[in-house]
Amino acid sequence: MDAIVAEELRKHYKTVQALDGVSFSVREGEVFGLLGPNGAGKSTTVRILTTLTRADSGRAFVAGEDVAQHPNRVRRAIGYVAQDSGVDWEATGRENLLLQGRIHGMFGKDLHARVDELLELVGLQDAASRVARGYSGGMKRRLDIAIGLVHKPKVLFLDEPTTGLDPEARAAMWVEVERLAAAESLTILLTTHYLEEADRLAERVAIVSKGMIVAEGTPEKLKRDLRGESVSVELAEQNGRVAEAERIVAGIGTEVKVDGQLLRARVPNGAQAIPVILGALDDAGIEVASVTTARPSLDDVYLHYTGRDFTTEDEGRA
Amino acid sequence: MTAQLLRQTGWMVVRQVRNLMREPIWIAMMVIQPMLWLLLYGQLLKRVGAQGQSSGSYIEFLTPGVIAMNAFFGGMWSGMAMISDLDRHVIDRFLAAPTVRVAIVLSQVVRAAVTAILQALILLLVALALGVRVHSGVGGWLVVFAGAALLSAVFAGFSHGIALLMRREASMIAAANFVGMPLMFLSSILVTVALMPGWIRAIARFNPVNWGTRAMRNAVMAGGDWGPTLIYLALLVGVAAATALFATWCFRAYQRSI
Repeated sequence: MDAIVAEELRKHYKTVQALDGVSFSVREGEVFGLLGPNGAGKSTTVRILTTLTRADSGRAFVAGEDVAQHPNRVRRAIGYVAQDSGVDWEATGRENLLLQGRIHGMFGKDLHARVDELLELVGLQDAASRVARGYSGGMKRRLDIAIGLVHKPKVLFLDEPTTGLDPEARAAMWVEVERLAAAESLTILLTTHYLEEADRLAERVAIVSKGMIVAEGTPEKLKRDLRGESVSVELAEQNGRVAEAERIVAGIGTEVKVDGQLLRARVPNGAQAIPVILGALDDAGIEVASVTTARPSLDDVYLHYTGRDFTTEDEGRA
Repeated sequence: MTAQLLRQTGWMVVRQVRNLMREPIWIAMMVIQPMLWLLLYGQLLKRVGAQGQSSGSYIEFLTPGVIAMNAFFGGMWSGMAMISDLDRHVIDRFLAAPTVRVAIVLSQVVRAAVTAILQALILLLVALALGVRVHSGVGGWLVVFAGAALLSAVFAGFSHGIALLMRREASMIAAANFVGMPLMFLSSILVTVALMPGWIRAIARFNPVNWGTRAMRNAVMAGGDWGPTLIYLALLVGVAAATALFATWCFRAYQRSI
């Protein structure tokens, strides 16, 4: 059975069409990634699936229940870790967890045992009696995840779990999520705008752009589907003829991107294309500092399907 | 459903009270502010207030007024807690869990009401030291506590609804002042009904702040009637229920917008 099914979800805010027919499904026990830039519609999708808001049209089922018809049944089956921490700053870590458990109808020894277990799982035992105001960003995030897990949900939603964390905390969080996925046998839907994150954590990925899913599959499949390789040409610092070089490279490869002195293009075969590119640039008298070729990354996949460069897309907040 | 509502409300009240107890400044303000009101207004308006009044000292007249003012402003500002919970996404977290919506509102209303009762108690004790007597005895004390709690509850419900609709501190402050200040001056908090111009008197009849003030004043001052007092309290119960439902309904508007 599928743990999450989304069918043709549409939603608009005033003049903005946030979702324009989003459909996908997630198998039980799978870690599924929604990948896309801010504003693409990832968080809106998660808010609909977690019953926080309603779609204008379309249907969605989580843990077998219709989110619009039986929101409370869905709420009992899911854990939700929002993009922004939902921690109560004035309460201690333990108090945060106890209240969430009580909302889910847990009490007594069972609740306390579960809270202790989670505090240990996310490594917050020593900070459990401290008010969360004093927690670091990474600690708050770990507490968020523990809060989402108190009632042993079947499906966990992680909306941008590592946004705002420093690289070290992010790496730690990845290990955490991997461990949880194994230990709690959860279905996890994770949204992210970090390519490496989706690549590392998600078994399957859907790329979201402008309220639509433009590609879906395992990271490997997505990269494989994108035939060819990427070639990066770094021009020597002294010649300012980037535009001319771009024109030349565009005659040989496709999807040419310029970033300062660096040109990137996709070609069917790197080994064959490099001498051609170097020859053409040499003929034009443009000096080259380095050339590299690489198998497609998720970044290239993203660029291919959305026509936009991932790294320059990342601005503002939805 | 009801058991769940009561249990969740209870735990959320625990959360609110516990969090407030961790704010020493808040506790100090809660205790000191009403005293300041009583002492400052008592001095400032001594001569004005002495007019048009049948019996008792002005401070005796003013005490229920300040208790009412304190309770209704307390309720009016209580929505700031909702703004802070919205900003910190605590509300979203509750809404994605099987939380009974009314429990979120009720816990805030109860918090505001309990605060109002504590402040009423402090004010009454200060007033006693200043020579004020509650002429209706124990029943009178209870009316004062009930009046303070209900006034606070009425405006806490309203305030939380506004907080859910506006979701911004600045807008919330503007709305609280825009509604709160006129309601205060269109009531008999500071001056007797006899001193009011006709049109204010007419409006004041429909002002919940005035109902609470009159009920409490009847209970404190000599010669108050129980009949109108109980009617005023009953009206406040009705309005408090209405504003709590309004706030609960505002969750829908909030959820539509996210």
